Amino acid sequence: MSWEPVIGLEIHVHLKTRTKMFCRCELEYGAAENTRTCPVCLAHPGALPVPNARAVEMTILLGHALGCDIAERAIFHRKHYFYPDLPKGYQISQYDEPLCVNGKLPLATAEGDVAVGIVRAHLEEDAAKNVHMGGAQGRISGADRTLVDFNRAGTPLVEIVTAPDIHSAEHAKRFLQMLRQTVVELGISDAEMEKGSLRFDVNVSVRPEGSDELRTRTELKNMNSFNFAAKGIEREIQRQIAVYESGGVVVQETMHFDPGNEAAPPLRSKEEAQDYRYLPEPDLVPLEPARELVERLRAELPELPGARIRRLTEEVGFELAEGLVTSGRDRLFEQVGGDRREVANVLMNQFAATGVDPAAVSPEELAKLIEARDRIPRQAFTEALAASGDVGFSAERYLGDGQITEAADLEPLIDQVLAANPEQVESYRAGKEGLLGFFVGQVMTETQGRANPKLVNELLREKLAS
Amino acid sequence: MIDTLRLTAEEAAGLIDGGEVSAAELHAAYLEAIAERDPELNAYLITVEESGGDGVPIAFKDLISTRGVQTTAGSKILEGYTPVFDATVAARCKEAGLPLLGKTNMDEFAMGSSTENSAYGPTRNPWDPERVPGGSSGGSTAAVAAGLAPWALGSDTGGSIKQPAALCGLVGLRPTYGTVSRYGIVAFASSLDQVGPITKTVRDCARLYEIVAGRDRADSTTVDLPEPVAIPDAEDLKGLRVGVPKELNEAEGIEPGVSEAVNRAIELCQELGAEVGETSLPRSVEYGLPCYYLIAPSEASSNLARYDGVRYGPRVGNGDIRAMYERTRDAGFGDEPKRRIMLGTYALSAGYYEAYYGQAQKVRTIIRREFAAALEQFDLLVSPTSPTVAFPLGAKTDNPLAMYLSDVLAIPPNMAGLPGLSIPCGLSEGLPVGLQLIGQQFSENLLFRAGHALERALEFDFVPERLR
Repeated sequence: MSWEPVIGLEIHVHLKTRTKMFCRCELEYGAAENTRTCPVCLAHPGALPVPNARAVEMTILLGHALGCDIAERAIFHRKHYFYPDLPKGYQISQYDEPLCVNGKLPLATAEGDVAVGIVRAHLEEDAAKNVHMGGAQGRISGADRTLVDFNRAGTPLVEIVTAPDIHSAEHAKRFLQMLRQTVVELGISDAEMEKGSLRFDVNVSVRPEGSDELRTRTELKNMNSFNFAAKGIEREIQRQIAVYESGGVVVQETMHFDPGNEAAPPLRSKEEAQDYRYLPEPDLVPLEPARELVERLRAELPELPGARIRRLTEEVGFELAEGLVTSGRDRLFEQVGGDRREVANVLMNQFAATGVDPAAVSPEELAKLIEARDRIPRQAFTEALAASGDVGFSAERYLGDGQITEAADLEPLIDQVLAANPEQVESYRAGKEGLLGFFVGQVMTETQGRANPKLVNELLREKLAS
Repeated sequence: MIDTLRLTAEEAAGLIDGGEVSAAELHAAYLEAIAERDPELNAYLITVEESGGDGVPIAFKDLISTRGVQTTAGSKILEGYTPVFDATVAARCKEAGLPLLGKTNMDEFAMGSSTENSAYGPTRNPWDPERVPGGSSGGSTAAVAAGLAPWALGSDTGGSIKQPAALCGLVGLRPTYGTVSRYGIVAFASSLDQVGPITKTVRDCARLYEIVAGRDRADSTTVDLPEPVAIPDAEDLKGLRVGVPKELNEAEGIEPGVSEAVNRAIELCQELGAEVGETSLPRSVEYGLPCYYLIAPSEASSNLARYDGVRYGPRVGNGDIRAMYERTRDAGFGDEPKRRIMLGTYALSAGYYEAYYGQAQKVRTIIRREFAAALEQFDLLVSPTSPTVAFPLGAKTDNPLAMYLSDVLAIPPNMAGLPGLSIPCGLSEGLPVGLQLIGQQFSENLLFRAGHALERALEFDFVPERLR
């Protein structure tokens, strides 16, 4: 039997606001522990939340990008559970009346668009950070004590939930990349996995090809790169297929990957039937975004990565188009003149390898460089690309290095030129030394001007004298 | 010699303004009265020797956060907890120059109607120390009634200002929900909690309300007052339509002496020029209390989740985090908070939410509409504040339901978010009886006006007989 994977994603994105979601503590990644706290985010008795208006705007902007309906009235709920990283004993989140619902973000693929439904995008606050001391690698198992850093507590967080519309590990990875690029371009998040400002969980199940049933799913957690995710999902798909094919059943459980070791098999845990006792947050009034605000934000929406991938696919093919857009190099691509495929290839290969920020590069200078690529030694070209983001970068210096300065490179050419013009050689040897210029001109034409004129002169004099 | 028993806040302000006493002397006089009479009453949990301010001193119920001064909400789980910030109402009192006398006793987390649920021992009623002062703001009402504070702030979730004010012969205002900031108030049931004044006179009540009321950016549920607070001086009730809701005045359990005093006050309304008529609130009175006992415990179970021993307050046990939570909360909470946490947790559980919390919220809408309809016909509604006068200590501690019924008349308007003013309207068996005046949202000025006119006509003596 052939099997179809069914994948849904839950993505958490930290919003790049100046202050926290419900208090005025400044957000600063890497600040000394517990120095960005106040009675509100430490849940002192009587402290009350006040929503961050900027976070609401950012969520609405994202909702537009995800093709969502923006609710006229959204409600914050309390989601209860006891854990030291949750100071109030509940997280302020959204439940049955979220801010953004019912969206669709088409995933551009080589085979055309795949429609991925967005069930919801809602606003909530992040928990604090537990730091496990003693034991191995800061993990909870084996730790002898746990410290809590409340700097992160109350960071505004958007949770995006997709419909189970993704059917391969590769597409899941591409969707995550495209979504990440979208939030970065909207300016609402750094979405950096290493900093925890982008996190995601993946729900995976499989079903017989052609069926539309939804079988028991497992949840994959802690995968901290897109490639890691693609591998983990693929592994889980194969595991589930093997279970069914050997007559077994898949059990609903959570797979906790070891972020430090991709090869390690995930720790499996039974999914506890959690009762979060959702309660409409009585300390906050319903969120009713003004329609003018919603429309203004809609008008601010830039051309999205998905649309740009589709547009660029026509010029350079899907692979390069997707690569350019999801790596944030497509704007530079569009500004750099020259052969489309060649420019795209350079940007996605040699240029990508340098790690230079595309925004720092002068498109005109880069265009000169790429145009001259074949005439420049590989080494010099790489050096030039690495320097292309420097202030005042000029391609000229590197183009100069494109001269043919090795005698060994020029001698065969010169021999060729002399052999092709026996009459002029004879005249020269007879004393008509003015013909030297003619020979130099011939060599320069042959080398498209790249030959070092001084060296050409020397070599010609030698050859003609012998 | 300052007679703290008789001195109103307004008179005290007059003495200071006239240069007859200094704020410090006044503060000292109250501390002296506390030293003399509080050992018997246990109204204060902590007193403050010096706290600055050039105005009339004040006492706060111990759930109002006071920077640098212990705030326990009457619970062991907050023993030794000292806030690093002032509640907005505390900050506003400070700005108005009111020095803090101390923090007053209360039922633990404001859960109770007698102040017997305090983890720090019960408070006694200055009118009869064998009886309760009511609750949960019983420490504040006992303090003001016994001349241990000229005025005080309490909080009212399900009658916790109105009922103890009634049982101690004082004026108590439960303001319109949203007019007084809850920022820094140890939360019990957020959608019902309101801070309000406890005073000897209606004018004092209006003055204190003026200081604390108004929108606060730190509390999203607050609003601007639609009109400035007016200090009342009316002597009549001309032009006012006063409604007497049948069910609130004839409910089971209202003592005959209470009805008599309230009926005399209603007759007085007519004599003062009001138009008096009967009205009906059948569903509000029948369902008010049951709905309250779903909504308040549900919110309480959530609000009390933060007391986990991790960040502040006592911690019991080490090692396993679950065991630490359980032991800390078991040792820290008394029976009543535990009872309500269990009730609320149950009511919010998956599968029960709609039947309990969800249903109660729907009924709350019905109650709101019923009151709105009655308040279209009448400017004010009147009833007894409490079905009984102050009851003996221990009389209801073994029967939570009987204790809950003490607020059966005070709760319905709270469920509708409406303001209620309790003023003393006479004695029954030598103990004060409270009259509850209910108005539309933001009708505090009207309540003050009517309360003041009635107060003048009633000539009730707020000094407990045995202390005169």
